[in-house]
Amino acid sequence: MRKNEVATREAYGQALVELGAEFPEIVVLDADLSKSTMTAKFAAAYPDRFFNMGIAEANMMGVAAGLAASGKIPFASTFAVFATGRAFDQVRQSIGYPGLNVKIAASHAGVTVGADGASHQSIEDIALMRTIPGMTVIVPADASETREACRAAVLHRGPVYLRLGRQPTPVLREKWGFQIGRATQLRDGTDVTIVACGVMVNVSLQAATLLEDEGISAEVLNMSTLKPLDITALLEAARRTGALVCAEEHSTIGGLGSAVSQYLASEYPVPVKCVGIRDSFGQSGSAAELMEFYGLTPQAVAKAAVEAVGMKRRK
Amino acid sequence: MELDYDLMRRKARVIRRHVIEMIGEAGSGHPGGSLSCADILAALYFGLMRLDPSAPDWADRDRFILSKGHAAPALYAALAERGFFPVDWLKTLRKLSSRLQGHPDMRKTPGVEASTGSLGQGLSFACGVALAGRLDGSERVTYVLLGDGECEEGQVWEAAMAASHYKLNRLVVFVDHNGLQIDGPVEKVLSPEPLEDKWKAFGWDVQRIDGHDVKTICGAVRSALESPWPRPHCIIADTVKGKGVSFMEGQVDWHGKAPNQEQVRMALKELAADEEK
Repeated sequence: MRKNEVATREAYGQALVELGAEFPEIVVLDADLSKSTMTAKFAAAYPDRFFNMGIAEANMMGVAAGLAASGKIPFASTFAVFATGRAFDQVRQSIGYPGLNVKIAASHAGVTVGADGASHQSIEDIALMRTIPGMTVIVPADASETREACRAAVLHRGPVYLRLGRQPTPVLREKWGFQIGRATQLRDGTDVTIVACGVMVNVSLQAATLLEDEGISAEVLNMSTLKPLDITALLEAARRTGALVCAEEHSTIGGLGSAVSQYLASEYPVPVKCVGIRDSFGQSGSAAELMEFYGLTPQAVAKAAVEAVGMKRRK
Repeated sequence: MELDYDLMRRKARVIRRHVIEMIGEAGSGHPGGSLSCADILAALYFGLMRLDPSAPDWADRDRFILSKGHAAPALYAALAERGFFPVDWLKTLRKLSSRLQGHPDMRKTPGVEASTGSLGQGLSFACGVALAGRLDGSERVTYVLLGDGECEEGQVWEAAMAASHYKLNRLVVFVDHNGLQIDGPVEKVLSPEPLEDKWKAFGWDVQRIDGHDVKTICGAVRSALESPWPRPHCIIADTVKGKGVSFMEGQVDWHGKAPNQEQVRMALKELAADEEK
């Protein structure tokens, strides 16, 4: 791990401890993964407000719903694949349908889980959570944005899905001024806009540098809230550059690319290329190897950007 | 508090009549399992539970969570009779824009504590409610009604484990043991028996009672809450599906079928005659 690299799950664990002091109504639940999701930090600081629900994710989501219905602010944590896949019906029926104030903070999302393989690599969680009416979906880009997103989640009344990673990643900014539903422009550009979330934000910044060498000016937007989508920022970007690339560590079905394409296709059609995992499961390997294998690289994003620009010129 | 068993018996009959009328009017719904739990609901809403219909959000109120959400008509009837909303609303059951959805919706209906309907989820929710009560230092009681067929859902047992692990002794579960589910007798479809042994093995204090005798129901709850053991309580209530309407009793076909006008008339006649006894 390099010096300025911190995993978003690590930042989540720290944020919970800080927020726990300020908000006595915060309670935390975990499903026997507290050392991995980092809720163990909260458990050590506030043992009376931490509930280990064991290897029973469906029940954990229901318990969280009941706590929220009684005025608590529960954070329920496990790996993303279990929080959204295994417990989908509980998230839908017990949390989403009544719009209860539960914060689902799911770690180990995407292929950067690494060697555990496909069973543990959630590549469809964003798609699943986006389909639940009233669910806010946040994928922070780095540790400091994660801390701010946790606070915003506490202050927001309603269900929130917070997607966190296992792998340490560079801290891109000390302060973000994070607001739910607001994208952040990280780099100016005039030829193409790269819209990214999570670990792909850093990858996209690198892609923009590669593109600069080829004479293409790429704007980079961190779309850390996937729902509600920042449609104002998207429209402005589409008008400004006229071509987009979406980059996400998620299936290209149902995630950021789908959300952005669907919106722009009906409001302001411009070419949109999607970088993500193409309808396949993950596999074992190191995080870096998997990012390379699935084309989640600066080169792949830059190539998609060149293609998007080309489509624009075809008009 | 003085318990008025006659009031509960009267209200149980009124709930049953509402159930028949509501489902008849709606043209769909679940009469069998609504009729089987009417006495339990009457005992809860007209005796056991500390409630204030004029302040449905009162923090220290007792909670009732209908995990077998398809018995919603019985719950709505009990809530209306208890004064949570006008009895008029009952005839809007299952209609477009009604506050009374086909399965309970806590955001639409005053007095409904949980949105249920996908079976197996209510007990988990109730564990959260009970944990919150403990964190708040409240003595409030959380009641849950499960179906016996519902006990086939694995989540019920995850929640049973959690309730016992966290010693939720202000949690009282009724199992409406009517022995029938959509596809036939519970024992034949996928037997969850022996239920008493299972709940005991999961660390619960278990009683088995006649689920149609309000005095017995109240006695079981009182003895559960007075128990010195730090355990959650399960009351397996032996009931008859379709109870109170002769042609529905014990008939699996009446799980999820609405009576026609003639059947409504016959059922109401029987339930009225019952009252004169």
